[in-house]
Amino acid sequence: MKSVEEIKAAIESAVPGAAVEVVPNPGPAAQHSLRIAPEHAIDIAQFLRDDPELALDFLSNVTGVDWPDKEIAEKVKVTREVKKMVDGPDGKVEQTVQETVDETRKRVEPGCLEVVFHLYSIAKTHGPLVIRMRTKNRSDQVELPSVTPIWRSAEFQEREVFDLYGIVFTGHPDLRRILMWDEFKDYPMRKDYVEPDDFEYEPTPHDEVLKRAQKHKGREQQTGIRDQERVAE
Amino acid sequence: MDQQLKIELGKQGVFVTTIEELYNWGRRSSVWPMQFGLACCAIEMIATTMARYDMARFGAEVFRPSPRQADLMIVSGTVTKKMAPQVVRLYNQMAEPRYVIAMGACAISGGPFKQGYNVLKGIDRYIPVDVHIPGCPPRPEALLQAFITLQKKIDGQHLTGEDRPRFLDPNAQGEFSVPDQGEHDLEPTSNTGVWPVPITIR
Repeated sequence: MKSVEEIKAAIESAVPGAAVEVVPNPGPAAQHSLRIAPEHAIDIAQFLRDDPELALDFLSNVTGVDWPDKEIAEKVKVTREVKKMVDGPDGKVEQTVQETVDETRKRVEPGCLEVVFHLYSIAKTHGPLVIRMRTKNRSDQVELPSVTPIWRSAEFQEREVFDLYGIVFTGHPDLRRILMWDEFKDYPMRKDYVEPDDFEYEPTPHDEVLKRAQKHKGREQQTGIRDQERVAE
Repeated sequence: MDQQLKIELGKQGVFVTTIEELYNWGRRSSVWPMQFGLACCAIEMIATTMARYDMARFGAEVFRPSPRQADLMIVSGTVTKKMAPQVVRLYNQMAEPRYVIAMGACAISGGPFKQGYNVLKGIDRYIPVDVHIPGCPPRPEALLQAFITLQKKIDGQHLTGEDRPRFLDPNAQGEFSVPDQGEHDLEPTSNTGVWPVPITIR
């Protein structure tokens, strides 16, 4: 198969205006991937499937990645004017001096949701090609184009990504929850998912489970309601 | 009746029994399980019914595809929170007398998935379980052992008196509440009438 750089060039010549970015994989697998802009996703997908040389006719896997908001602390050198007493010819004189100080600044890098596709070619027996797409943010602009019209096998997997990550695939024929029930409100695979507090009984708690059982107990003492009463309510 | 006298009479060619004994013998010798499996434990359950282990020897060869015709529910596998209301509903649809075997680590406690958000931490939170089998999955011998344990339990049931089983008590609860699938979890998280939250003392 062509290298990701060659595929990137092929996409850019086939789909004018397509923004494609190579995401290198520094590990020994060196499975580099391509991040594409959602605006041209359908055209790019069409090209990848129909191009006679690539012929990526099989979508093997669709999955999601949650990138939460990241707080980055940076050290920045700041120059500012400081008044100082300096020895002059006739005693001490006040003078303004430029001084460089290290300052820690915090900035929040906004998070996003990412969807990852693994493409193979059954006809050419090559692959995988890894394609990624990112949403604008992870709260209200979580729409991405669905590739179900191109590869039928994306249908259930996109539903799964919708169910567990909350990415809304526009153009999907039947976007419903697939693993969790319809009334469920959360997205369990997101980093900020809060699990239900149902650790009321732990016969032998340890490690992580011990922490959760203690947390549950703390909540019980705080509210003053025992489990039995709480359930009976 | 006196066990010794019974044996003595048996030697003389006289068979003596009680209605209770006869009734329980008939019931325990034709326990028909319900034909449904939830996960990998179901494979072991299928193996138990096949020629090598042959559950038919104990009168449980007929797996009924309808809860109305079944006496025994073998909860074989992981009960997810999405599936739990359906399992309780199936149990409600079974005719009395009915029994439940919780087969495998998942069915009795959630097993390796206990810490997950999507798996019920034991089916005994919603329906009364007669026999629990540990194991992941339990071997067919374990299921046979559980089945023999259940037969012993049926044998020991009295038709009258305070300790009579639920199906002979007109005041006993017959319908078990089906949990709702809420926005974050099942509601309620357990049926306190069946499973009072155990109090751990350390």
